[in-house]
Amino acid sequence: MKHLGQDFDVIVIGGGHAGCDAAHAAARLGVRTVLVTHDFKKIGEMSCNPAIGGLGKGHLVREIDALDGLMGRVADRAGIQFRLLNRKKGPAVQGPRAQADRGLYRQAMQHEISAAENLTVIEAEVSDLKIKNNKIVGIILGDGSSMMSNQVVLTTGTFLRGVIHIGEKSIPGGRMGDQPAIPLAERIESLGLPLGRLKTGTPPRLDGRTIAWAALERQHGDETPTMFSSLSSRPSARQIACGITHTNQQTHDIIRENLTKSAMYGGRIDGVGPRYCPSVEDKVVRFAEKTSHQIFLEPEGLDDYTVYPNGISTSLPEDVQRAYVATIKGLEHAKILQPGYAIEYDFVDPTALRLSLEVKTMPGLYLAGQINGTTGYEEAAAQGLVAGLNAARASKGLSAVIFDRSQAYIGVMIDDLVTRGVSEPYRMFTSRAEFRLSLRADNADQRLTPLGLEIGCVGEFRQIAFDRKIAEIDKTRAILSSKTISPNEAGKFGIKVNQDGVKRSGVDLLAYQGVNFSSLLGIWPELAQTKREIVDQIERDALYSNYIDRQKNDVLALKRDEAHQIPPEFDYSSVTGLSIELVEKLSRLNPLTLGHASRIEGMTAAGLTLVLARLKRLQRKKSA
Amino acid sequence: MDTIFALASARGKAGVAVIRLSGPQAIKVATSLAGTLPLPRQTGLRHLKHPDFGVLDAALVLVFAQGSSFTGEDVVEFHLHGSPAIISAVLMALGGFEGVRLAEPGEFTRRALENGCLDLAQVEGLGDLIEAETEIQRKQALRVFDGALGDLATSWRQDLIRAVSLLEATIDFVDEDVPIDVTPEVVDLIDKTSNSLIRESRGSHISERIRDGFEVAIIGPPNIGKSTLLNRLAGREAAITSEVAGTTRDVIEVRMDLDGFAVTFLDTAGIRDTDDKVEVLGVARARSRADQADLRVVLIEENYTDDLGVMLDPDDLVMIGKADKYNKNSVVGISGLTGLGVAGLVENIGKILQTRAAGAATATRIRHRLALDRAISLLESARDVVLSGPERAEFASEDLHQAIRSLDSLIGRVDVEHVLDEIFASFCLGK
Repeated sequence: MKHLGQDFDVIVIGGGHAGCDAAHAAARLGVRTVLVTHDFKKIGEMSCNPAIGGLGKGHLVREIDALDGLMGRVADRAGIQFRLLNRKKGPAVQGPRAQADRGLYRQAMQHEISAAENLTVIEAEVSDLKIKNNKIVGIILGDGSSMMSNQVVLTTGTFLRGVIHIGEKSIPGGRMGDQPAIPLAERIESLGLPLGRLKTGTPPRLDGRTIAWAALERQHGDETPTMFSSLSSRPSARQIACGITHTNQQTHDIIRENLTKSAMYGGRIDGVGPRYCPSVEDKVVRFAEKTSHQIFLEPEGLDDYTVYPNGISTSLPEDVQRAYVATIKGLEHAKILQPGYAIEYDFVDPTALRLSLEVKTMPGLYLAGQINGTTGYEEAAAQGLVAGLNAARASKGLSAVIFDRSQAYIGVMIDDLVTRGVSEPYRMFTSRAEFRLSLRADNADQRLTPLGLEIGCVGEFRQIAFDRKIAEIDKTRAILSSKTISPNEAGKFGIKVNQDGVKRSGVDLLAYQGVNFSSLLGIWPELAQTKREIVDQIERDALYSNYIDRQKNDVLALKRDEAHQIPPEFDYSSVTGLSIELVEKLSRLNPLTLGHASRIEGMTAAGLTLVLARLKRLQRKKSA
Repeated sequence: MDTIFALASARGKAGVAVIRLSGPQAIKVATSLAGTLPLPRQTGLRHLKHPDFGVLDAALVLVFAQGSSFTGEDVVEFHLHGSPAIISAVLMALGGFEGVRLAEPGEFTRRALENGCLDLAQVEGLGDLIEAETEIQRKQALRVFDGALGDLATSWRQDLIRAVSLLEATIDFVDEDVPIDVTPEVVDLIDKTSNSLIRESRGSHISERIRDGFEVAIIGPPNIGKSTLLNRLAGREAAITSEVAGTTRDVIEVRMDLDGFAVTFLDTAGIRDTDDKVEVLGVARARSRADQADLRVVLIEENYTDDLGVMLDPDDLVMIGKADKYNKNSVVGISGLTGLGVAGLVENIGKILQTRAAGAATATRIRHRLALDRAISLLESARDVVLSGPERAEFASEDLHQAIRSLDSLIGRVDVEHVLDEIFASFCLGK
């Protein structure tokens, strides 16, 4: 076996969204990193819909950006329509989203990867993992050569027993046109990790030149675009509008008549699909009373006439797809460039992972992205970031960085995955974050950039910008806290507070409904110099301050539980009073902390108390 | 970590009262009161002195060093003379130190477990003991956890989760086919739950009374036979009686079993305007206890029209006292001396209590009511937010989440520290 003669601290397998942010994160920590992918030109491919962000997802992108990751700035460069979702609601539930030009996205991503220091890209197929003494030591490439490293991040998407279904046809493959990596898949299977099966669908891609746009409603981007990266100021690509159309009774009739030909309904797929992103077949069957469903027509690029009709993913045969598409307003003559298909694949039950995304039973092997049962570019990239950082830290002999639920959506996601596992493709939502009011897209940098600086994954440029912003916020906040006014005086400026004679500071006043920064300018004109960005930030913090104070006890309770670490050798079967079912579950999932254990499904309060008491006794024995 | 203190022995007059002080500042605080401290696990008699209160008491002082005390922290015990005045002076003196505060119920035990001084088996052993002392409490807890309150909480939870999910749909799926205005259904769900919570919360007062006993105050002008009636009810000379108006100065309590209810009768000072300073205090106390009581038995003279200065409820029983003097068999006359009308009074009180008991809730404890009331106020806030428009859905959702958590705490579906809180809340203060 020949040896490539090149060793790396971290090997990342796969050049998708997880792989890119994993490799770049590792390289940012200054370790020699290699990204191994089939085809450099496919790095940064958006294989599903041409959009980044959204609710929860946009939060993840902001967090990736706060740690100097790639997805946010790449999406900003490729964005052709920016919309802040829930603009009318509060900032905690606003999510930035952008339609991206697929070509520009690839280009920007490939540029980032090529330009990164410490990062080498090798085009090759990975055929196997090298394992020694139950630890990963490297990989074997398709040509038989090997590459050594004690840290390997696997981001191989849907390649594990991936099967594509179009109507009654099924084709093995990970993504349309790609070959599934069979030997590597066999190796993963031989590791004995718990596997599950999921499915996901795509809609037919349409030829935009054959769509009657003039007849359709248009959806434009926001007048003032909200960017993903705190370092971007404005879009660089030309901005476009999307089209909106709807299915109708005739569409539904055709779908209903052909249900038995659908791979999903014909019983050929046994994987579980996401409830929140149903196929058009699902919509017609499950919501039979609805006579119409909305479709967004999303252009895939400025110079690309492909259109992604978001809302009609399907696994019906090609001719049925053609028939029902033609019933839809504006799509009467639309040409299908590529039929929609469903893909079914195995994923690794993420409860087999640590919070660092390292496989519990295979030190040095990290999994990130769709292989862990998630869906979405953003979820993949965020996991990639965590896996990349931790692989790099491990190579330096450092402990893993763990994000907790009160700190970041990244922490919420990984904790959900590792603690609860998945039963449908996991997608981020704001409602998954119990500390949503403080985990906002707008304060991602304040939450995470200091951590990034501490561990060294944030570059100088971002550091300077961040320090400047924080200094301004601190300065303004200090002014606001130091200035006080009596209720009586405040009344003169139109601010009504209880006439209790207690002086309020500027910070106090902002917490009142209906009081904003400009209401204070009359009282303290010197605040008028404050920059808009800083004003926004301070107002957003003030808006939720009462609610966030109320949540502080919950955060403390969480931290208290997380502080009770459970040693890996903890013997649950020796805890008297714990049910057999819980002993089995806890032994299998091996929770790291009491907090972690508390979120395991089926965990009872009594069971936790027993575990806690045993932990206390162990600690006492140790110190005695 | 605060240093905590509490009376560790039973309340009230006793030969000895023990105040326990635990925490990082225990030694420092105790030294400043006692001057010097005996060596750990040895006793020493010390005069406790305080700059504001002077000499507090001559106390036996015991020190337990960190690591070998009940809580695992530095602990000092003061064995005082068991007078309420001394106890309250020492408690007050301790409370004046920075970083030192009165312990919460069960906090000593909690620290003991957290510091690894007790394991769960021991804690449970202790808990069993304490529960066995109050058999009714144990039965009630069992009923709550086995049945009705759990079921109620589950149904409230379902409704509130449904309401949250509607709001969340408008937040997380804004770009998709979801109803835009969920206000009517959410408000319905909130109202339905809220009404049920309010019923429970109100009823819990009754349940609590059933457990702790009802208070029935006997009030009226002086020399109307209140004390004689109390003695008749008690079957003994609990109160001093005389022909001198104003004999009863303080409130005298007699606890008895009335038709299966625990009832405490309160004999109070006769209500009148007086220049006697002590009697003025007695009258004020009579009014305040009468106001707080669950039921009032008002004894008056025939044709009495003066205002007693006590708010009466429709249930309250107004009777003509010393009915023996009128020499007639009035339905509303009562005499402790002859027993005239006493059986009827007891029967009437029993009927009133039975009617009230019918309104008892499944929730039985203050803790339950606190959780219910917190949920009620959160629901009120959520309701206001929802009605103010869809723009503030995340606030309403947060309120509802908090309400759910509050209700979850009723049946223990909460994080483990809360479970410990639960266990320790059943310990008396200072244990």
